Amino acid sequence: MSDTQATKSGIDNGAFDFLDERTGIAKALKNNLRKIFPDHWSFMLGEIALYSFIILLLSGTFLTFFFVPSQEEVIYHGSYAPLAGLQMSQAYASTIDMSFDVRGGLLMRQIHHWAALIFLAAMIVHLLRVFFTGAYRKPREFNWLLGIGLLTLGILEGFAGYSLPDDLLSGTGLRIAEAIVQAIPLVGTYLAFFLFGGPFPGHIFISRLYTIHVLLIPAIILALITVHLMLVWFQKHTQYPGPGRTEKNVVGYPLMPVYMAKAGGFFFIVFGITAFLGALFSINPIWLYGPYNPSQISAGSQPDFYMGWLDGLVRMAPNLETHAFGHTISWNILIPALIVPGIFFTGLALFPFLESWVNGDKNEHHLLERPRNAPTRTALGVGGLTFMIVALINGGNDIIATHFGLSINQIMWFSRIGIFLLPVISFLITKRICLGLAHKDRDTVLHGRESGRLVMLPNGEYIEVHEQISADEKWTLTQHKQYDVIAGQTNVDSNGLQRATGIKGRTRRALSKWMYGEQVAKPTTADLEIESGEH
Amino acid sequence: MKRLSKYRRHPLAAALVIGLGLLLVGSIYAFATPAAPAEASNARNQAVQEGRQMFLKGCSSCHGLNAEGTKIAPSLIGVGAASVDFQVGTGRMPMADASVQAMAKTPQYSPTETMALAEYIASLAPGPAIPSQESLNYSRDGNLAQGGALFRTNCAMCHNFAGQGGALSQGKYAASLMGVPPQKIYEAMITGPQSMPVFGDRSLTPLQKLSIIKWLKNAENEKAQGGIALGKVGPVTEGLLVWTLGLGLLIGAAVWLGAKSK
Amino acid sequence: MSDHSQGEIEPFSDPGLPAHVHRRADHDPVAEKRAERQVATLFVISALSTIAFIVSFVGIRSDQYIFLPLFGTTNAQQLALGIFFALALSAIGFGAVHWAKTLMPDTEQVDLRHTMRSAEVDRRELAATFDDGARDSGIGRRSLIKRTLGAALALITISPLILLRDLGPLPRKQLEHTNWQKGSRLITDPGGIALKAADLQVGGVAHVLPELPNGRHQTLDDLTRDAVLVIRLRPEDLHLNAERTNWTHDGIIAFSKLCTHMGCAVGLYEQRTHHLLCPCHQSTFDVTTGASVIFGPAARPLPQLAITVDSEGYLVAQHGFTEAVGPSFWERSV
Repeated sequence: MSDTQATKSGIDNGAFDFLDERTGIAKALKNNLRKIFPDHWSFMLGEIALYSFIILLLSGTFLTFFFVPSQEEVIYHGSYAPLAGLQMSQAYASTIDMSFDVRGGLLMRQIHHWAALIFLAAMIVHLLRVFFTGAYRKPREFNWLLGIGLLTLGILEGFAGYSLPDDLLSGTGLRIAEAIVQAIPLVGTYLAFFLFGGPFPGHIFISRLYTIHVLLIPAIILALITVHLMLVWFQKHTQYPGPGRTEKNVVGYPLMPVYMAKAGGFFFIVFGITAFLGALFSINPIWLYGPYNPSQISAGSQPDFYMGWLDGLVRMAPNLETHAFGHTISWNILIPALIVPGIFFTGLALFPFLESWVNGDKNEHHLLERPRNAPTRTALGVGGLTFMIVALINGGNDIIATHFGLSINQIMWFSRIGIFLLPVISFLITKRICLGLAHKDRDTVLHGRESGRLVMLPNGEYIEVHEQISADEKWTLTQHKQYDVIAGQTNVDSNGLQRATGIKGRTRRALSKWMYGEQVAKPTTADLEIESGEH
Repeated sequence: MKRLSKYRRHPLAAALVIGLGLLLVGSIYAFATPAAPAEASNARNQAVQEGRQMFLKGCSSCHGLNAEGTKIAPSLIGVGAASVDFQVGTGRMPMADASVQAMAKTPQYSPTETMALAEYIASLAPGPAIPSQESLNYSRDGNLAQGGALFRTNCAMCHNFAGQGGALSQGKYAASLMGVPPQKIYEAMITGPQSMPVFGDRSLTPLQKLSIIKWLKNAENEKAQGGIALGKVGPVTEGLLVWTLGLGLLIGAAVWLGAKSK
Repeated sequence: MSDHSQGEIEPFSDPGLPAHVHRRADHDPVAEKRAERQVATLFVISALSTIAFIVSFVGIRSDQYIFLPLFGTTNAQQLALGIFFALALSAIGFGAVHWAKTLMPDTEQVDLRHTMRSAEVDRRELAATFDDGARDSGIGRRSLIKRTLGAALALITISPLILLRDLGPLPRKQLEHTNWQKGSRLITDPGGIALKAADLQVGGVAHVLPELPNGRHQTLDDLTRDAVLVIRLRPEDLHLNAERTNWTHDGIIAFSKLCTHMGCAVGLYEQRTHHLLCPCHQSTFDVTTGASVIFGPAARPLPQLAITVDSEGYLVAQHGFTEAVGPSFWERSV
């Protein structure tokens, strides 16, 4: 109908002219306004993280209007009677004041803290989704690294925020953080003195931490998120396999209007749910914890969950210290607090590169893998997750002990053994499950799906009728690529060159066998012919 | 109850009940009338005798015939009346089974019986007496905020920052202090039941103890400020909630968002 | 890619995008109208919630409480503000998403992907341009410039680092210092009451600090190293060597309260087992053997403070700690 009557565009106005004549933005927008995004709930996990970060910026800004980042000691005269007349830092007093004497202040504090927990939890489930579907593969390795960086920064940022109110729990957390820094050989004591401006707790750390929490880390996170999202934009989003979805296309809905409405709406939903938690559930009630005092402690002193695994590892560590030549090395701190987490996160960061080195695949991948079709990777992921969960459980062993009538010593021993044993067991079980599911897929493709209808054969035997599945389903179940194990014997590669036979080559062959040695072969044409011959 | 029914079948039960009844009437009479000192001491002696009988029946198998202690239970000489009132009055003693620690339960002895037991134990050697009700006027004599500070230094490491209780080693635990009568809290502080250490009158003065009780009573009735308290045990339950309800709601919303409309 | 699949024909081919299934609202005007009304209703709910939010802000006093099951008695203003804020936000969200799902076109569309690698011609052009630029700069030829620039750049990073020097003082011996010294009385914390030996019964504990000269009070920095737990046991329960026994007084023994693992206050004393437990990481110390570690990650016993009584009967320190208290550090010599 636009042929017959020239309709005026919605953006054909003075404001747009003003913008375009100064930026030339029309050309850029022209191609991007209808950009296609695939639709799947698991693609919203990263968005939850993004939106909770925005909620953190908004609610955090409100909190800065009332928070006083100072360790100067004051006498409390506010409206909360159980603290009246006590000596406390201004940081603690101002946090109490904003909770009780600022309308909506406590709500904002609670929203901020819940949003922080959601930010971390969403980053973790987003990471798991990306890992288990192989979304980190070429060309998305940068985004994987950025994601690991964001998670690390998120943990630090969360811990910094948790520490700012200078209550008994957060002060205890800082004391432990200081002990970790102090345990670093050679420079630890100096680092701790520089950080805290002298011996712990000093008088300056809260204000330093404040700058780190409200400026330094958020700015870096914001920058990394920007790059993270730009890469998603340029590389286009991955998609799940299915009919019509290939490595060469992206199937979904256009940015304008569908995705704008959905993503924009989802921001409000995430904010709403966070506000709902902030309205109904008390979080970090610092007025109950009391002001920080190094000679006080509460039973069940724990950090937030994103640090809880670290605390759990520290709790279960062997009590090793080396004393030699007038120096002390605290292995009981270094191993659980720095070395093990360092290895874990480095391994996580390097995994995409390790995997593509082992399978030699240098192609781009935009179709996601189903976890069952990469059994070793999936099992490895579950093993790593199990490791973290055991550590986290041990981090809350005292609360578990009192609520389930157990002994902390029992849980500690369970964790000490379990941290080695359970990842291996869960690896083996997961791999079996994956292979079983892949077998089931193969059977479904070859024989169809069990229909639930029983038919009696002339000889009196009952059989269940199998229904052939649709061509769409067959394609979805068979489209995945499989890797071969690198041949063990040949020393000459396809170009006729001597292959690396040293430790590197042997490692690669061993890893290749470990990762791809056990797979369920996809049905071949030959399999289908045999199948049709039987019927 | 089991224990009592066992007594009922005892050959001496009838005689004991009659004896106890007489003693009880006698002692109530003795307390109720403004008696001369001699009469009071007489009544006390009766209570001691009565308590001794109950002790022999119900306690001596673990604590020894003369309360001198055995391998499985400590000596009660010098623990004082306050200790008996706490242990028996909160139902911790007699123990239900040989577990790592005696748990609070419905008291097995009536208040009068408990007093008699306490008199008997107090007669063995001097020890902390049961604090009188008028000495426990915590709302008048205590200082709320100071009580909080004292609680955090002296008590929170076991009983948690809000008096909810916490884990000790080897399956033992520090009990929740919510709903415990002031007198029992005071007795616990001066006698150090089970794992708990003793807080003498100088390491925590009586006024400081009252301040702690005042703070605890306030914590017990404290109004919620930010909504459901999640057990007041710190970040563990908060983390649990965010991974269950929080992420559950968010992912639920995402699934709804991604599902095709019909 | 799979080698063996090269020779064989994949049995299934991509059937292409499935046909679009229409929604009810696409062809039923009644359903369409209903969806529209639902979206609008959600937006109205949001607007009303915002009004209710404002009313709660102005109308409910900060000290007003209501009783609700699960909550107990809870602050009414915080609850009302939170609920209406949550409703106002989520109603907009649900409305917008519902709009997108039911009324906006739901035909899937396809964009083509291109490999991330630039076209060969672009890469060659860039290479040429880059080489031109590098040649014009002469950086390859002028090695003197290259080397001096490298050295200058490497050195300039020192300036910001050196500026950080004044973040804090050097540690020196500060971690080894406490306020305990010969004759320091043990005073309760908080309270400041000087303790006599008779003030502690067997099974009793007190949380104490050294009495400071001139009535000075401990700062938080002091507390981080001065906090001490004093415990009374029966003398026969202690199994210490002669020197350490000498550091006790009639069964009264004192330890630094700061965990040798990470510095938490180890105040959790179980008087029956004589164990001290740190609630942070559950290191367990046996008081009878000089606070030796019997469980958990701590590697060293808690430092023992030598105590005695002075002429007036007050508990006093014989001398300061003979080792650094609190967690380990590199310079610590045992």
